Amino acid sequence: MKILALESSGLVAGAALLEDHVLVAEYTTDYKKTHSQTLLPMLAELCRMVELDLKTVDVIGVAAGPGSFTGLRIGSATAKGLGLALGVPLAAVPTMDAMAYNLYGCQRLICPMMDARRAQVYTGLYFFEKGDGQDTLRREMPQRALSVADLTEEINRRGKEVIFLGDGADVYRKELEARLRVPYSFAPAFCSRQRAASVAALAAEYAAQGKLVGAAAFVPEYLRLSQAERERMQADETQREQMRVGIKPENLS
Amino acid sequence: MEEKDGMRQQEDVWILAVETSCDETAAAVVKNGRQVLSNVIYSQIDLHTLYGGVVPEIASRKHIEKINPVIEKALADAGVGLEQITAVAVTCGPGLVGALLVGVSAAKAIAFAAGKPLVGVHHIEGHICANYIENKELEPPFLCLVVSGGHSHLVMVRDYGTYEILGRTRDDAAGEAFDKVARAIGLGYPGGPKIDKVSCEGNPDAIAFPRAKVADNSYDFSFSGLKSAVLNYLNACRMKGTPVERADVAASFQKAVVDVLVEHSKRALEDLGVKKFAVAGGVASNSHLRAALQAMCDETGVLFYHPSPVFCTDNAAMIGSAGYYEYCRGVRHGWDLNAVPGLKLGERI
Repeated sequence: MKILALESSGLVAGAALLEDHVLVAEYTTDYKKTHSQTLLPMLAELCRMVELDLKTVDVIGVAAGPGSFTGLRIGSATAKGLGLALGVPLAAVPTMDAMAYNLYGCQRLICPMMDARRAQVYTGLYFFEKGDGQDTLRREMPQRALSVADLTEEINRRGKEVIFLGDGADVYRKELEARLRVPYSFAPAFCSRQRAASVAALAAEYAAQGKLVGAAAFVPEYLRLSQAERERMQADETQREQMRVGIKPENLS
Repeated sequence: MEEKDGMRQQEDVWILAVETSCDETAAAVVKNGRQVLSNVIYSQIDLHTLYGGVVPEIASRKHIEKINPVIEKALADAGVGLEQITAVAVTCGPGLVGALLVGVSAAKAIAFAAGKPLVGVHHIEGHICANYIENKELEPPFLCLVVSGGHSHLVMVRDYGTYEILGRTRDDAAGEAFDKVARAIGLGYPGGPKIDKVSCEGNPDAIAFPRAKVADNSYDFSFSGLKSAVLNYLNACRMKGTPVERADVAASFQKAVVDVLVEHSKRALEDLGVKKFAVAGGVASNSHLRAALQAMCDETGVLFYHPSPVFCTDNAAMIGSAGYYEYCRGVRHGWDLNAVPGLKLGERI
């Protein structure tokens, strides 16, 4: 089973090739160049270096969101294009799940965080369940967009030691330190950002479980509506509310 | 394809073309630049009508949903597999960056995985090349008026891939002015077709709206003054309590736009001594503009070319045509091809 995985949900661009239990290649950059200029050239270089015949790839793994809308678009469209041309399905791996998988086997609460702007982070809470020869990633709190205040409340309420990773942890470090009432730590650089190899590892599990999606049907999980949709929904809600209390909606346009 | 001397045979060139620069997800297969084997367009217009215009983030997300089915249908309609495709062409600018990125990323991945060359195409050059599809005899040099929601250009097409901009809009594009005026008189979005239709019932000489001139380049356009004049007129009617004849406003506004477009085109044709003229872009579907350009060309002995409406709107067949001529000129793009929202006509990246 050959899995080609792509990660471009945040500042990191990454590509990895996992063949059964061997990580044949991984190429990762965290550099301020747009992913449309890095992701495919990196993939091309990876393929060249390990003499990969793309026709032998079984599954395309992709970080399926949340993340930067632009980053998700580039990664998703690239994965969909590869899936179309190669006639293979996709494994859509939630970005936060894949990030948590960076800390495989860790017995603390794992909290990946991405800066989501608008005073929020994309985050989730995870732990590893010990098994017979292999640990399994479990979701304590599935991925969502939260304020740091709400996130730390979730963590404090659980009262467990926690480890953070992701660029959100850097951006909000002071606020975390001020609010946390549990022991905490921050992952070191080698495992603190999105990694295509982690996407590939979970994609392999999805493939084994038959949790694959057709390239045509795949769309990323943005976790947020567009601004225009949000404003429209708010306007609708205001209108409904005013109708409920008996104000005529004419003045709302 | 046989060359003129009949001595040498050239291979047929099949282009798979992708276009996602605004709110249409489109793919096409075009043979040798002029034979359209398939032309699939998914229009998002109903989605954006709710918001009175194109919302970039919504457009980009819809492109992600539609890109594969649209490309797959284009291949199926043409009855070809990716292995028969010679090269993949994609619009890389100008346009909405998020929308462009979907097409560019998907097209790059397909070209890469299928082992095909990649050709980035300028959206407006695509609109101009739309004229080649149904006019097999049309060849450069010719003058082309490009008018759409985002663009108003008067372009001298010197050769395939060689464009000289004579004039452009200083402010609003022609189609943009149509949208804004349509909104002001309550016709809604998209403005072009609605104004075209309602104008048929109005008097184009009812209201004297200004024909803007630009001082330092007589080929340039300016439509924002005209738009303001319409808004001022509507405001004055409101103040005075006089009823607004929508059809008259629409017809008079449209006449002002058409007059300027025709006058500039006519002057450029005379100045350059060019006897072939084409129109392109979404506004090229406007029936009044077409009729006026046709009359001007008939009067001056100029051959007039225009695409069918399906090739005026954003489509990928036109990108396939432009992509073919770029391919023939040896243009190949790398896997780092980026979306360039402000790409200039004739600019090469």
